[in-house]
Amino acid sequence: MADHVAAQAGESEHGHPRHELSAYARRVYAIRDILLEKGILTGEEIQAQIEYIEARTPANGARLVARAWVDPEFKKRLLADPKAACSEMGIDATSLNEFVVLENTEKVRHLVVCTLCSCYPRPILGRPPDWYKSFNYRARAVNDPRGVMREFGNDVPDAVEIRVHDSTADMRYLVLPVRPKGTESLSEEELQKLVVRDSLIGVVDPLPAVPEQGV
Amino acid sequence: MPRGHHDLGGTPAGPIDRTEHQLDDWEILADAVNQALGAKGIRRTDELRRAREQMDSDLYRRLSYYERWIASLETILIEKKLLTKEEVDRKVAELAAKWGEP
Repeated sequence: MADHVAAQAGESEHGHPRHELSAYARRVYAIRDILLEKGILTGEEIQAQIEYIEARTPANGARLVARAWVDPEFKKRLLADPKAACSEMGIDATSLNEFVVLENTEKVRHLVVCTLCSCYPRPILGRPPDWYKSFNYRARAVNDPRGVMREFGNDVPDAVEIRVHDSTADMRYLVLPVRPKGTESLSEEELQKLVVRDSLIGVVDPLPAVPEQGV
Repeated sequence: MPRGHHDLGGTPAGPIDRTEHQLDDWEILADAVNQALGAKGIRRTDELRRAREQMDSDLYRRLSYYERWIASLETILIEKKLLTKEEVDRKVAELAAKWGEP
């Protein structure tokens, strides 16, 4: 997809958008062309942004979490200075203003939302999922977090406290989930696979350890 | 002061639609143009937010996510006199002719 957009900045090889476009979708092509004609932006600058965001994926978050699970010293650094810990792992989080890593425990679960719009740690995880930007998630995460998490299949016991964090343009969050039980023998790479995107937002826990299959 | 249309936290709402869609090219373009302008310091996140928060409330609710981005981007670029609505209208018509659509 990136290449396709790169070559034609959003048009197919015949110069037509692939789908019927809404009035607003048409306007972004027009705005793009005007900005290019006036020299306000270049095609390379637009392309660089596409490549930047497509290189950011939840796999970055999974790498941070798995490292924190296997290396207690790294975990301390991740919680104390998340941007520096990211840099150690080759993840560039410097464009974020404040970046906070929230540690889940057996007694506390953290849930991240942006009630006003869609703030999200994009430099680390890429673009947020559709549901994160939805009106219903934005509305309910703050006053019905337990219900929201249940909808995602995550039944949080009443004894566990849920803390909701409302992101802003200046403050972004990543959840450090609890390491699933029975994963002592897994390698860091195997652990990464358990750290699904939604567990980094806090709506669900990581995947459970998969028991070894008998032959 | 009444609650703004963007200020959704705690308002009554139904189940969360967890369907995810692959972004269309125009959405990828809207994202990239926005970020490229931000990277060059031409627009700030707070300006785009203000434009979205001050847009017509029915429109805010009706538009999809990236449609809201595009609407707010156009508002801010017009404010900064980098382009005019008429220029965008003209270019839309030009593109429609080029793409061979009615």
